[in-house]
Amino acid sequence: MSFQLICFYAFAAVTVGAALAVISVRSPVHAALCLVLTFFSTACTWLLADAEFLAIALVLVYVGAVMVLFLFVVMMLDLDLDPLREGFVRALPVGLVVAVVMLVEMLGLIGVRTMQLPAPPEPAAAAGMSNTSWLANALFSQFLLPFEVAALILTVAIVAAIPLTLRHRVGVRTQDPGRQVRVKARDRVRIVKMAAEKPAMPADAGETTP
Amino acid sequence: MIQFNPADLATMLPELFLLGATCAILLIDLFLKPAQRDVTHWLSLTALLVAGVLVWRGAPEQGTSIAAFNGMFLRDGVATVLKVFVLLTTGLVFLYSRDYLRQRKLFVGEFYLLLLFATLGMMLLVSAGNLVTVYLGLELLTLSSYALVALNRDSAVSSEAAIKYFVLGALASGLLLYGMSMIYGATGTLDLAKIHAVADFSADSPHRMLLAFGLVFLVVGSAFKLGAAPFHMWLPDVYQGAPTAVTLFVGSASKLAAFGMTWRLLDGAMGGMNAHWTQMLGVLAVLSLAVGNVFAIAQTNLKRMLAYSTISHVGFLLLGFVNGSASGYAAAMFYMISYALMAAVAFGMIMLLARAGFEAEEIDDFKGLNQRNPWYAGVMAIAMFSLAGVPPLFGFFAKLMVLKAVIDAGQMWLAIVAIVFAIIGLYYYLRVVKVMYFDEPHDKAALELPRDRGFRWVLSLNGLALLALGVFWGPLLDWCNSALMVGAR
Repeated sequence: MSFQLICFYAFAAVTVGAALAVISVRSPVHAALCLVLTFFSTACTWLLADAEFLAIALVLVYVGAVMVLFLFVVMMLDLDLDPLREGFVRALPVGLVVAVVMLVEMLGLIGVRTMQLPAPPEPAAAAGMSNTSWLANALFSQFLLPFEVAALILTVAIVAAIPLTLRHRVGVRTQDPGRQVRVKARDRVRIVKMAAEKPAMPADAGETTP
Repeated sequence: MIQFNPADLATMLPELFLLGATCAILLIDLFLKPAQRDVTHWLSLTALLVAGVLVWRGAPEQGTSIAAFNGMFLRDGVATVLKVFVLLTTGLVFLYSRDYLRQRKLFVGEFYLLLLFATLGMMLLVSAGNLVTVYLGLELLTLSSYALVALNRDSAVSSEAAIKYFVLGALASGLLLYGMSMIYGATGTLDLAKIHAVADFSADSPHRMLLAFGLVFLVVGSAFKLGAAPFHMWLPDVYQGAPTAVTLFVGSASKLAAFGMTWRLLDGAMGGMNAHWTQMLGVLAVLSLAVGNVFAIAQTNLKRMLAYSTISHVGFLLLGFVNGSASGYAAAMFYMISYALMAAVAFGMIMLLARAGFEAEEIDDFKGLNQRNPWYAGVMAIAMFSLAGVPPLFGFFAKLMVLKAVIDAGQMWLAIVAIVFAIIGLYYYLRVVKVMYFDEPHDKAALELPRDRGFRWVLSLNGLALLALGVFWGPLLDWCNSALMVGAR
């Protein structure tokens, strides 16, 4: 057993263990952290498969951005997960049976033998390039159209997020920088000219009282 | 290294135009006041019209297919026919829904933008020549649709529908991707035509099981998107919960795109195995016919009833695939086009009757419509008769063509099952007609029609088109047939 294979088994075991922890730990924060570990060890297995760009991208995008956002949301929302977990243990046997049956069926259908087909020649190695530069070349030449369509999908996400979240509420006090800048002194201070008032005479007060 | 070819841009000119127009509308809409929203409306319609003209003018010669971007994008007969009708039905959605949206304070620029993006996704989907473009086109379409269903945020039913649609849609996309990965693993290519050439399904092939497994997932994913039983659970809730304008879109235009996807994946990529998937589709078709027609009888909500009717029509559509030949696909495409136009009338009528605070989605809301407005009662009756498949309407000839394809394939029992369920289906379509003509209305006053004259005219024309196409169905069927007579396959 080569060192690489040992590493692979170790990382794979950590991945599966962390993924199980995601759905079984009580605290949502811990679950999110376990998910980080899952992503991280998946990235390690990809590194072993010489897919260094994908591994780094997984860490940067999912661990760096998505999961941090998740953690923020989980920490900000005071989630009470206990009602969600009700019935978890009760449904567990059924779920396990279904999962095992599906796994056995899949393995039986595909056959373990066909999984051990000789791997196709790696295009990056054949072209004499690093994995990353091969991917970059493919992405901007052969896969240019899908790349641009993916950008369109992100645009749709932004456009869709606005009507689903933006709420125009009346009576909310907000600042309007334009109006703040345009303001003139006379809008704020009004100088009112009025006749000087004489102090009230004590004699007057005396007159009014009967 | 593959170089960029400027001629590729000319191949996808309609899509590029629509993309540019959508981006322009996105920017213009930002500077419009709510009272000027009509500008967005007319600009969107113009964009669709111009894109339609570009598709029409750019139609390739019969039997040829122009590939662009290394086979990622195909312009062929099927893509042209489907794109023309996708653009047409999306235009109908815009025309029918303006007053409806205005009454519900949903008359916002995002409705138009999301629909335009979804249209772009459908055009890419029906032109896809690669598994990656199939998936991305599908996501562009469905992500826009999820947001459209949820557009009415204040309605709990809408939000519930959107969440169900989103979760089940994501599951279906996952299944589809899983199947694609299997097929990629077995063939080593993502290009549909190359998969067709390479896929080896002979008994001694080492990839046989892997391919079969991938095929099953492709069929299941496509069935989810089409709404075929037993993968139909999302359909009734989404149809009922979504604003009727969005239901019209999900029920007409996006079904055309789903047909295009199914055809590209099953015939385009897995055509060599059609002996296998035609059997699977036969089972799905019988289940859809049974579930759709039987459950529709129990519905009191018209939108829900039309959802179950969609399921039964999808069953009929799948029967067209059972033949596994060009004439069968042509019949299925003809069927899908007829269904899209019929659904447009039915949902358009719901929007015609709807008022602010009143959805007109119960069958009872149509009571005595004939006494209140005979013309529109007639239009609705044409739509219902056509959906049921009564001659000489459009829906009858669509059903006839599919049945002919099934009988040609030698599957007599499937044809008999289809006819039996079509007759069961007559009941619930005729019930709507009975309610309109023989029941007393709740409110005897003449129907108050929407002010939008364009809506009323186009809806009437759409209803009459069902009659006209029922009489002169030949040219459209010829067009479908010639689109599918691709020598390349």
